[in-house]
Amino acid sequence: MDPKRMIGRIAFGLLVLGIVVWAVFPFAWAIITSLKAGSALFTVEAWPSQPSLANYAAIFKEQPFGRNILNSLLAASAVVALSLGLAVLAAYALGRVRFCGRGLLLFVVLGVSMFPQVAVLSGLFELVRWLGLYNRIGSLVLSYLIFTLPFTVWVLTTFMRELPKELEEAAMVDGAGPFVIVTRVFLPLMGPALAATGLLAFIAAWNEFLFALTFTLTDDARTVPVAIALMSGASQYELPWGQIMAASVVVTVPLIGLVLLFQRRIVSGLTAGAVKG
Amino acid sequence: MSGLPHSSLERQRRRAAWLFLLPMLIVLAGVAGWPLFRTVFFSFTDATLATLDGFQGVGLDNYLWLMRDPVWWRAVWNTLVFTVVSVGIETALGLGIALILNAHLPGRGLLRAAVLIPWAIPTVVSAQMWGWMFHDLYGVVNAILMGLGLIAEPRAWTADPDLALPVVIAVDVWKSTPFMALLILAALQMLPRDLYEAARVDGVHPVKVFFRITLPLIRPALMVAVLFRTLDALRVFDLMYVLTGNSRSTMSMSVYARQYLIDFQDVGYGSAAATLLVLVLAVATVLAVTLGRVRVDAGR
Repeated sequence: MDPKRMIGRIAFGLLVLGIVVWAVFPFAWAIITSLKAGSALFTVEAWPSQPSLANYAAIFKEQPFGRNILNSLLAASAVVALSLGLAVLAAYALGRVRFCGRGLLLFVVLGVSMFPQVAVLSGLFELVRWLGLYNRIGSLVLSYLIFTLPFTVWVLTTFMRELPKELEEAAMVDGAGPFVIVTRVFLPLMGPALAATGLLAFIAAWNEFLFALTFTLTDDARTVPVAIALMSGASQYELPWGQIMAASVVVTVPLIGLVLLFQRRIVSGLTAGAVKG
Repeated sequence: MSGLPHSSLERQRRRAAWLFLLPMLIVLAGVAGWPLFRTVFFSFTDATLATLDGFQGVGLDNYLWLMRDPVWWRAVWNTLVFTVVSVGIETALGLGIALILNAHLPGRGLLRAAVLIPWAIPTVVSAQMWGWMFHDLYGVVNAILMGLGLIAEPRAWTADPDLALPVVIAVDVWKSTPFMALLILAALQMLPRDLYEAARVDGVHPVKVFFRITLPLIRPALMVAVLFRTLDALRVFDLMYVLTGNSRSTMSMSVYARQYLIDFQDVGYGSAAATLLVLVLAVATVLAVTLGRVRVDAGR
C-alpha cells in the first residue's frame, strides 16, 4: 500500500473513531457520574476512585422512582396496545381497499402526527378534566394516542399494502369476510411488523414529556421523563446530579438494549413511513 | 341477488373498510380534532385555566397583544434559528455518516450501533446528561476545554445568553443526527449498483459521482427527512425546557405558549400563541410541498 493511501486510511479511521466517541461519550459520562457518591461528584475524573451504588439506592428510596417506572410502563403499554388494535383495522382499509377519499385520509393521519403538541394542550386539558382523568395515567394514555395512532396507522398501512393479493383472494373464495381476513389471514403474518411498530410507538410514549408534565401533578403520578427532569434534592438550589444520572442510566440501558437488538427492524420501520418514532 | 357477485363483494369490502376506519377516526377526532378546535376557539376568548367554562369573547385582542410582545418575537426568532441551524447541521452530518455507513468498510457495525445510542436516549435524559456536562462549576466540558487551553476560565454555558442557544442546538444535533443518517442510509442502500460500476469504469471522480449521481437520486428521500426534522424542530419543547427552563434567550414558541397556558393559566392568550405555531407549521409544510416538491406517500 502506498503511503498516501495509508494516510487516507488512518485519517478515515480517526474520523470514524471520532464519531463513535462523540456518540457514546455523553452516556458513558452519565454512567461514570452515577457511580460517584458525595463530594466525588464535584471532581472531574475519568473513573471514580471509590465507585458506589449509593445513587441507585437513593432513587428508589428517596424518590418514588420505582413508581415512576411503573407509571411509564403502564401508560406506554396501554397506548401501544390500543393503537395497534385500532391501526390494524384501519391499515387494512387504507392499504388494501380502494375507495374515494383514501388519499385525503392518509394525508390527514400524517398531518395529525405532525401536530405541535402544545396546540392541543388547552383542549386536551379541558377534556382530561371533564373525564376526571387529571393526575391519572388515563390522561396520558388518552393524550399519547395523538402521536402513536397516526404513526402505527401509517407504518402498518405501508406494510399491509405489500402483502400478496393471492392470499386475500383465496380467503375470499373460501367465503371469508373482511374481518376474518384481517384477523385470521393477515394478522399472523404481521408479527414482525407489529413488533417493530409497537416498539417504536412504545419508545415514543415512554419518552413523551409535555403531556406528562402538564397532566400530572404529584410525584407519584409522574412518568420517568418528568421525574428525571424535575428531580430535586435536599435543598431547592442543589440538584442531585448523581441521582439524576443514575435514573437516566436505569431507564436508558433497556432502551439501548432493545434498539441494538432490533436495529435492522427499527431502521426498516422508521423508513417505511419515514415517520419519526 | 343484485348485480355481479364481484361488484357486490367489492361493495361489501368498501363498507367494511369504512367500518374498520371508524374507531380510528373517532379516536383521532376526539384526541386531536376537537382539542385543536377548542384551542383555536379559546384563542378568541379571555378564558383562564380556572374558568374554562366561564369566559368572554375578546375578538382578536390576544393576537394583537401577542404582536406587541417582544418576548414572543424573541421566541419566534429562537425557534427559527434553532430549526434552520440544527436541521442544516444534522442534514450535512447525517449525510456524511450515512455515506460512511454505506461504504463497505471494517468497523461499520460498530459505527451503526454507536450512532443508534443517541437516538435511543430519551430527549429529557439527553438534555440532563448534557446539562451536567455543560455545568458551569463541575462540568466535564469546561474541564476538557480548560485542560486543552481553549478557554481561560469556566463558562456558564446554559446561563450565558450568547451561549445558551448554541448549546441547545449542539445537544439537538447530537440527539437527532442519527435519525437523519438512518433515513439517508436507507435511501442510499436502494440505489442501483450498476450505475456506480459504470461511473467507476469511466473513471469519474468520486466527488463528481456524489454530486451528479448520488445526490440527485436520494434527493426525494432527503427532502422528506428534512421536512420531518423541520416540523419536529419547529415544535421543540423538551430540550429548552429541561436545559434552560423558561429562559428568554432560548425560549421556543412551544415553551412560550405552554408558559402562558399552564404557568400563567392564561388559556386565551396561550392558545393564540399555540394557534400561530400551527400556522407556522402549516406554512412550512406547504412551502416544502410546493417549492421543495416533497412527495409524502405511503408505500411509494
